[in-house]
Amino acid sequence: MNISRADVAHVAKLARLALTDGETARLADELSRILAYIEKLNEVNTDDVPPTSHALPGQCAPLRDDVPRPGLTQEQALANAPERADGSFRVPRVIEG
Amino acid sequence: MAPVELWELTAAEIAARVHRREVSAEEVWRAFEERIVRVEPVVHAYITLDSVSGLMQAREIDRRIAAGEEVGPLAGVPVAVKDNICTADLRTTCASKMLADFVPPYDATVVARLKAAGAVIIGKANLDEFAMGSSVENSHFFQTYNPWDLTRVPGGSSGGSAAAVAAGEAAFALGSDTGGSVRQPAAFCGIVGLKPTYGLVSRYGLVAFASSLDQVGPMTRDVRDAALTLETLAGYDPLDSTSAPGAPRRYTAALTGDIHGLRVGVPKEYFGSGSEPGVERAVRGAIDRLAELGATIEECSLPHTEYGLPAYYIIAPAEASANLARYDGVRYGYRAEDARTLAEMYCRTRAEGFGSEVKRRIMIGTYALSAGYYDAYYLKAQKVRTLVRRDFDAAFARFDVLVTPTSPTVAFKVGERAANPLAMYLSDVFAVSANLAGLPALSVPCGLVDGLPVGLQFIGPAFGEEVILRAAHAYEQASGGAQLRPSLEVR
Repeated sequence: MNISRADVAHVAKLARLALTDGETARLADELSRILAYIEKLNEVNTDDVPPTSHALPGQCAPLRDDVPRPGLTQEQALANAPERADGSFRVPRVIEG
Repeated sequence: MAPVELWELTAAEIAARVHRREVSAEEVWRAFEERIVRVEPVVHAYITLDSVSGLMQAREIDRRIAAGEEVGPLAGVPVAVKDNICTADLRTTCASKMLADFVPPYDATVVARLKAAGAVIIGKANLDEFAMGSSVENSHFFQTYNPWDLTRVPGGSSGGSAAAVAAGEAAFALGSDTGGSVRQPAAFCGIVGLKPTYGLVSRYGLVAFASSLDQVGPMTRDVRDAALTLETLAGYDPLDSTSAPGAPRRYTAALTGDIHGLRVGVPKEYFGSGSEPGVERAVRGAIDRLAELGATIEECSLPHTEYGLPAYYIIAPAEASANLARYDGVRYGYRAEDARTLAEMYCRTRAEGFGSEVKRRIMIGTYALSAGYYDAYYLKAQKVRTLVRRDFDAAFARFDVLVTPTSPTVAFKVGERAANPLAMYLSDVFAVSANLAGLPALSVPCGLVDGLPVGLQFIGPAFGEEVILRAAHAYEQASGGAQLRPSLEVR
């Protein structure tokens, strides 16, 4: 599998990662090699094999009663915020203009 | 023989002496503090040491003992906690610039359970950033060194935890294991590491990496300590939706020393290629020892073994790319300065806050989940995961436990593999299948090669912790393996 720099730039945009040109070039090379190794999976016939999303299907998330319980206080929730204002998280403007 | 220092004791021995009032929790605490002062300058196991509240915890235990109150099974035992497990009011960094100043508002369930059992948190151990790596070379802060040879890696990602236990800087430690991150560093540092069955130990407060694979596990001086600490760690937690219901078990009761008639399978795919000759010799020698102890040994096959690692390197990065989406510079963690828009702030925060291996895995995972590639990569890997699980189901119809090497090599030199991601990934080639299948697996030391420890891996059926602990304990007793300690020379 050959991953181009344009592919890397597209995926980086999806992942919200600002990459330098150097990182983009290096990742194109590394991802190509890693995905070539992963394509070993195509040697395996998986027709009619169901996918596993939970390692122990018998243990899948049991439901509990929906009962309110105490959570974090507003102060606790904001304690690690990089920037806060008026009891809220403060962020740069969302709409450009 | 020189008198044994307090920092050389196992968790079980420390708790017994504290219970019998032969030593106070504060004396134990001070002995470990002194040991840390001596060896930490060369080992670098800890990101954060908790000297003040740790001492207060120890004194509280002594006060309760003096008052005749009940104290828990780990009373006064100093424990290192991997720094991707949340500790209330004690910073939890994941060895990342992204979380360098993050102070959790709550304890992980495993931390709360340890405190309730009387264990004393001594510090937060170094790791590869967000637990992605096999050598601690991906820590944002600094390298941890292997106490057996300070030019070598301790393994990873729980390398700080393993080094702390091996160097006598903690009586035991917590690690997390997504694809070998408890067992491989345990093997490299000559200690015991247990990855429990998926769902046995709560993950509430473990910073998520790959949610269908992650488990918290104990890293200990011997197998008895692994069983003892698991009794505290295991159990249903309503705060973790993947937590398995079930009554707690007395794992220490399984350590009978008797493995007569135990059916041991030796999967041929884990031998004969890929391992260093010394590692394979040590593991074969250990298997002979199991036979002498009365186990029946038979070769078997796990035909899809070679596909475990490539499946893992789709599934784990895919899940990581989703889990790490939360680091956006809004609610906690690092934020890039002077961004003009929200989108720019996200992209630069993540670019500046994550290290190169984390970015690499986010990129692999995002690619594998992106439009047009989902079926070819993620769905394919999940189907192969089913075949890996079926291999184990078939094997455990015939065998009680399987034995393999934990890692193909002994600890490698710092820098030796850092430039080649694929070579680094191969260090976990024997470890990832147990994560893919959700099975319990344990690494126990099985000798030295050129002065470096080798790990023997026992894999059990789901919720078969008792049988792998029993087998590993019997082996450890017969081999004297628990007596192996690095002769860390400190000026």
